[in-house]
Amino acid sequence: MTNLEKYNQAFMETFEITEDKLVGLKYQDIEAWDSVGHMSLIAKLEEVFDIMMDTDDIIDFNSYEKGKELLAKADYGVKI
Amino acid sequence: MNFEEILNINPYCLNLEEKEKLLTERLVELTKLHQEKCIEYNNILKSIDFDVEKVKSYKDLPFLPVRLFKELELKSVPNEEVVKTMTSSGTTGQAVSKIYLDRTTSSNQQKTMVKIVSDFTGSSRMPMIIIDCPSVVKNRAMFSARGAGILGFSIFGAKKIYALDDDMKLDVEGMKEFLDKFQGQQILLFGFTFMIWQHFYKELLRLKEEGITFDLSKGILIHGGGWKKLISEAVSHDEFHQRLKVACGLEHIHDYYGMVEQTGCIYMECECGHLHASNFSDVIIRRPIDFSEADLGEPGIIQVVSTIPESYPGHSLLTEDEGVIEGVDDCPCGRKGKYFKINGRLKNAEIRGCSDTYATKF
Repeated sequence: MTNLEKYNQAFMETFEITEDKLVGLKYQDIEAWDSVGHMSLIAKLEEVFDIMMDTDDIIDFNSYEKGKELLAKADYGVKI
Repeated sequence: MNFEEILNINPYCLNLEEKEKLLTERLVELTKLHQEKCIEYNNILKSIDFDVEKVKSYKDLPFLPVRLFKELELKSVPNEEVVKTMTSSGTTGQAVSKIYLDRTTSSNQQKTMVKIVSDFTGSSRMPMIIIDCPSVVKNRAMFSARGAGILGFSIFGAKKIYALDDDMKLDVEGMKEFLDKFQGQQILLFGFTFMIWQHFYKELLRLKEEGITFDLSKGILIHGGGWKKLISEAVSHDEFHQRLKVACGLEHIHDYYGMVEQTGCIYMECECGHLHASNFSDVIIRRPIDFSEADLGEPGIIQVVSTIPESYPGHSLLTEDEGVIEGVDDCPCGRKGKYFKINGRLKNAEIRGCSDTYATKF
């Protein structure tokens, strides 16, 4: 599986949504992506990519696109 | 002054004068914002002929009684911008406060909390044991103060486990496995004071008799929610610390004071046993007779101010707690700002606090 596939799957499984909903998706846009859902998503991404995110990045992670940008940072090195 | 600027300052670095300047500037802005956006708030201020232009210090700003959030739906944003509604803890039959959050306020709450807590635990995330049951965070539409507390602290947890099941029984096997897995690492524990005592500490004692012990000497426990029930069981602050140390080796224990009406701005207990106000908020002790500011060491009613609330007019509130300022800028732990002590609830105040409301069932 490519990183993009893993990344998308984490979103789809956590929020129970289809792939076509991902682009442009923002925190709080859908009911499932609330503060509880957010921590589940982070836990899932950390597991899938075997990383530990900083608290600041967890807070900044406010959209599907922003997440890609954050994971590509040198600390994590996950290019999506 | 916007909130980002406050976030960029070390949370305990400002002295009395610097902090007064910052708080006055930000809280006057918030007062104006809420006057403009919240009709009820504006009406209240009009009814006392309040003129924001005459304010010289944040101490001159009016304070709303926390109870008002039970009686009125106070918000400063349109309904469609509300992303989360939080409710206060209350015993059965009590009305609950409703606090309306938009994206900005909700995210600033979390950012603030991270800044404050990191000052005590370090910024790295740790394996985390939540001393509560998982069902507390299940009802996502209406967030209880208890759920919000757990969720707010969860950001510090790298891997998490709930120590109690939904019947509030300690998950002994789960705990063993978790502690084995993260042996030698610093572990964060979080919970509410009474639940920790009743369902964790007492169970540890019982297990000890069966020869089962847990080593939590690498743990940092953060707990809050009120002492009322423990005081009635004659368990003092010092005894709580001492007994937990004997039971499981836990030495780093921090109490905190906070309320759902000002989530984010918590007051953490330092290594010297003092509750500290950060740059993000402050406590002012008021004399019950005329609401004038009490002197250092003089007990009175606690007013709390917070620089966070933009979506509801809760930046200056009068609590129903009694407390006393123990000092300013000179705590041996090195943190600037006021440090204080909570004496308890005012007489005839209703019971609240995540720990205390739960404890009424016992």
